[in-house]
Amino acid sequence: MDASLTNYLLIGAVMFVSGVVCMATKRNGIAVLMGVELVLNGANVNFVAFSRHTSLGLDGQIVSLFVIVLAAAEAAVALAIALNFYNNYQTIDVDRGDKLQG
Amino acid sequence: MSDQALFWIFAILAGGGAIGVVILQDIVRMAFSLIISLGSTAGLFFLLDADFVAATQLLVYVGGTLVLLIFGVMLTASGPFRRIQMSSGETFVGAAVGLLFFSVIAFTVIDVEWETLDRSHRPVAEATNDETGNTSRAIGLRLVGIPADTEVGIHKDRGEKTGYLLPFEIVSIHLLVVLVGAAYLARAKRQETSEAAGGDA
Amino acid sequence: MPPTLADTATTIQSILQGWLNSESLAMFLAAVIHVALVAGFFGLPAGIFIWAERKISGRIQDRLGPTRVGGKFGWLQAIADGGKLIQKEDLVPEAADGPLFRVAPYVVVVSSLAAFMFLPFSDGWIAISLDIGLYLMLAVMSLEVIGVILAGYASGSKWALFGGMREAAQMVSYEIPMSICVVIPIITAGSLNLNEIGGLQSGHLGNWIIFHDPFSFLAFFVYFVCATASCKRAPFDLAEAESELVAGFLTEYSGFRWSFFFLAEYASMFAVCGIAVLLFLGGWHTGIPGLDGILDGPRYGSDAYVWTWLANALGFGVFFGKASLLVCVQIWVRWTLPRLRIDQVMMTCLKYLVPISCVLFLGAVIWPLALSFSGKTTIWGTPTGERAAPTMRLDSIPGPADQSPTASTSNGETGP
Repeated sequence: MDASLTNYLLIGAVMFVSGVVCMATKRNGIAVLMGVELVLNGANVNFVAFSRHTSLGLDGQIVSLFVIVLAAAEAAVALAIALNFYNNYQTIDVDRGDKLQG
Repeated sequence: MSDQALFWIFAILAGGGAIGVVILQDIVRMAFSLIISLGSTAGLFFLLDADFVAATQLLVYVGGTLVLLIFGVMLTASGPFRRIQMSSGETFVGAAVGLLFFSVIAFTVIDVEWETLDRSHRPVAEATNDETGNTSRAIGLRLVGIPADTEVGIHKDRGEKTGYLLPFEIVSIHLLVVLVGAAYLARAKRQETSEAAGGDA
Repeated sequence: MPPTLADTATTIQSILQGWLNSESLAMFLAAVIHVALVAGFFGLPAGIFIWAERKISGRIQDRLGPTRVGGKFGWLQAIADGGKLIQKEDLVPEAADGPLFRVAPYVVVVSSLAAFMFLPFSDGWIAISLDIGLYLMLAVMSLEVIGVILAGYASGSKWALFGGMREAAQMVSYEIPMSICVVIPIITAGSLNLNEIGGLQSGHLGNWIIFHDPFSFLAFFVYFVCATASCKRAPFDLAEAESELVAGFLTEYSGFRWSFFFLAEYASMFAVCGIAVLLFLGGWHTGIPGLDGILDGPRYGSDAYVWTWLANALGFGVFFGKASLLVCVQIWVRWTLPRLRIDQVMMTCLKYLVPISCVLFLGAVIWPLALSFSGKTTIWGTPTGERAAPTMRLDSIPGPADQSPTASTSNGETGP
């Protein structure tokens, strides 16, 4: 197989699905964050692959740049939330944060 | 030829790292697996002629975001929280749903005739008018809102004038807000813990 | 465009290809030769500075330093050190996370080595000449911290964990002022290509970017402080602070894995000092107008290649000398100043260096505007050398109309 668009899209799909599964199954708050990063990165692979192989041109690369920057911002805030959660509950297990459950 | 070999190396590392994040239980090994995955993605970006995006991926994502993430891991993953086991039923359901989801995407990707979109006769390196294949100048021009599109010659007919100046400004303001917000959250945390745990390390 | 090492590799590849009749094998061998060359440039400064550190620290402490190994100046000491470290047992503590513990030194060494791919040692003596060379170099060097954090965490020791956490906090913070200070010469030069930035500074001393405006001058010192911190050198070596943390993240390491950390540390000292030399101190140029003119001037005739090579070798000497001088300053600082506390380190960065670098950045942006009122382009009157050429303007960017038909000569060296 050639290193064609399909292959890149499949790699992106692997990362995306891994991220979704990671978000859904992990109970560690930071691990959920890692899942989010994987999802965003899988999308990025697709954007850049389309930018190279289709008429999307540089737009795909620029969108992926925005994704990287926003992911960094998201990680900073989410990490601050996770640390606060850890301070309040003395655990990082997200299943334990169920105080609002009726 | 060599491009293909490199593609497979990076692709296996990126995909394997991503799967490793899901499979591994130890949070630190997950983090390392994530580093491998995102670092190899930077390699894939290089192969896709996106050198600026690749460098940004390394600098911001791997060198910044992930360091921050590992920092969070180190602050929270003490003793029992380093491994949080899933039940085997959860693992099975997760794997099944994941495989199903992946097969849906994979069939779609393989089914679609991407060749109709294929513009590989006009790769990015050529479109940027740069004999070295560097994309940084074209990307920079677009980000400051100069209609580089007319230069690149792809979207000439659309008559876009502003490029990406507005999103760029929005992102910069967003970053500032996030900076203030994260600083505020971290500050509140420190006041609470100062008597309980003797401040953060 | 001067011949780069990448071209050399291509030449080697084509020679080998005719010899071996196999494209992939020739490519592989050429890559090996290429990497060996870069690794040589990587190992050379590390070896020299490990010896220099011992000698200089000895002199500062009023003793001789190593004298027995290798004759008069103990110049074989670095090799003797290496030999000793390789013989030691490769220990992995029981509490350690084995695979991560083993892989951490490689992460550090590889990221430090990879940074040398983007460092021009002389005009065109660069492994990969990219438009984003500086950006990529900083990106690759920022990966070093991951290895240190992993080492700290995987050791299974409290001292190592503290060292790793300090390193993470310190690196994430110091990267900000360092990057801002790096941007200041880029504003002046209008390029991220390290080879171009170095080439711009030929001619007299006033063409060095450090003397371009007062903000660049101050930015050099801020950059140097941040660079020292980013190599975790004293007074910022909180990650291994031996008076508090035994040896920080290095506590559990021994033998050649330990030596990898040190190899990487000395190599990245040279790398950050090399960036400082290229960005601020004229790169491989001597700063003497006549000499630089001869060295940079066009050469014709059959032996032009030889003369270019000789001029480049001289440029390499100049560059290496300047960078070594800065490394020696780092060594001098290490053995002179006491170590800071971790809160002092963070305060220095976040409360002083970040605001200072932001002000310098703003000043550097406004400076050309202020100068334009006096109708000059530099404060030194007419610039000489390549800086005499008008700087890049937006309207001078080639559009599709004046694009040369040979635009597809990409050298294919964009791989990491």
